[in-house]
Amino acid sequence: MTDDPAQSNAPSAQVDERLNTPAREGLTGTTPADAYVPPRDPEQITRAPDGRPMDRQPQWRRDFPIDWPQDHYVARRDFAKFLCLTSLAFAAGQVWIGFQNIWRRHRGAPPVAKIGTLSALPVGGTLVFRYPGPHDDCILVRTAQDKLVAYSQKCTHLSCAVIPDPAKGVIRCPCHEGLFDLNTGRNIAGPPPRPLPRIDISIRGDEVFATGVERRTI
Amino acid sequence: MKPEHLQFFIDPNRCIGCQACTECDTHRGVSMIHLEYIERSRSVQTVPVVCMHCEQPTCAEVCPADAIKRTADGVVQSARKPRCIACGNCVMACPFGVPEVYEDRQIMMKCDMCYDRTSTGKKPMCATVCPSQALFFGTREQIEQLRPMSVPTNRFQFGNQSITTQVNMMVPKDGAGRMLVNVTDAMNDQPKARNVSLPVVWADPFAEVEVAL
Repeated sequence: MTDDPAQSNAPSAQVDERLNTPAREGLTGTTPADAYVPPRDPEQITRAPDGRPMDRQPQWRRDFPIDWPQDHYVARRDFAKFLCLTSLAFAAGQVWIGFQNIWRRHRGAPPVAKIGTLSALPVGGTLVFRYPGPHDDCILVRTAQDKLVAYSQKCTHLSCAVIPDPAKGVIRCPCHEGLFDLNTGRNIAGPPPRPLPRIDISIRGDEVFATGVERRTI
Repeated sequence: MKPEHLQFFIDPNRCIGCQACTECDTHRGVSMIHLEYIERSRSVQTVPVVCMHCEQPTCAEVCPADAIKRTADGVVQSARKPRCIACGNCVMACPFGVPEVYEDRQIMMKCDMCYDRTSTGKKPMCATVCPSQALFFGTREQIEQLRPMSVPTNRFQFGNQSITTQVNMMVPKDGAGRMLVNVTDAMNDQPKARNVSLPVVWADPFAEVEVAL
């Protein structure tokens, strides 16, 4: 539609002949809906203010159309593109998981590291050390005269630092009241989904060495 | 889907300012119609302002959040609640001054022609309560028969912007077939000063009062 004022205001002015019947359906409001010009094609109803056709408009106007039918319209090509890309992403994810498994198997055991001396740790005492990396905080607890346990300090729920409580025999996570058993590291209450990773300990004379990390799922 | 043959007609000539339409309250207890006073110091003329539902809605053009959408029947809907960021761009942009930002609920709300009613073929609430039918919802034939002195128009000129709307405004029939309301010109156009004198003749209380215009 041009902006020529001489033109009448189409399309509402295009009145069907059927409306001028003696029964005057138009006056009673019972006009059939198709007596007027039907609504335009949903793909064509958005018109930019500059009046140019949609294929000559900038991309954002086609991406964010004003009209609801056009906004909800999904072309078959777009849908097929979405399906292909999503399937490709899933397949790539599977390959990635496989590679990670192989890499983990070939990584080898972490190095043996000295973490402290036995004489400096009384019964019921705890020690924070880092193993195997410099950012992996772990806790060492001497639960009995001849028993040492060591776990990763990261809570398996949201990686808060857990606090051992040797008097009660639990390890507590203060963030969401998660509880782990001190002797086994198993999650016994609260939100943590897995036991704490256990650090393998070996005692040679007076010195305590960490020899490995055992990650458990149950 | 609003029936194509039912249209909204606004006849400001017939508005008596009774505020019945502002009781519409259909949008969560908030009235979506503005009853505007024109030159309130000099006149009692009021005009109801509903959303005109433009062919190229300026409010939706300027919306940065893509919140204002139009349905296939041409009704520009109120802002989508999950998208609206209450920036107020539409308030600035609308030439008719329809949208309004509600700061307390952080959303723009505007008249959507009572879409729950008109989509099923009923009249909007304001058109049902208007006692003088300044707000009329019906077919074009009905309005042509009811208002023989007026003609509906839906084309407006605001400066360089020409707007075609879905809601029709009744303008006096001047014979020239003029179908375009130039709003900017009309705002500069001041009505001629009129002297109204009411000479009351005390001798005869039943004499006709002369009104010289």
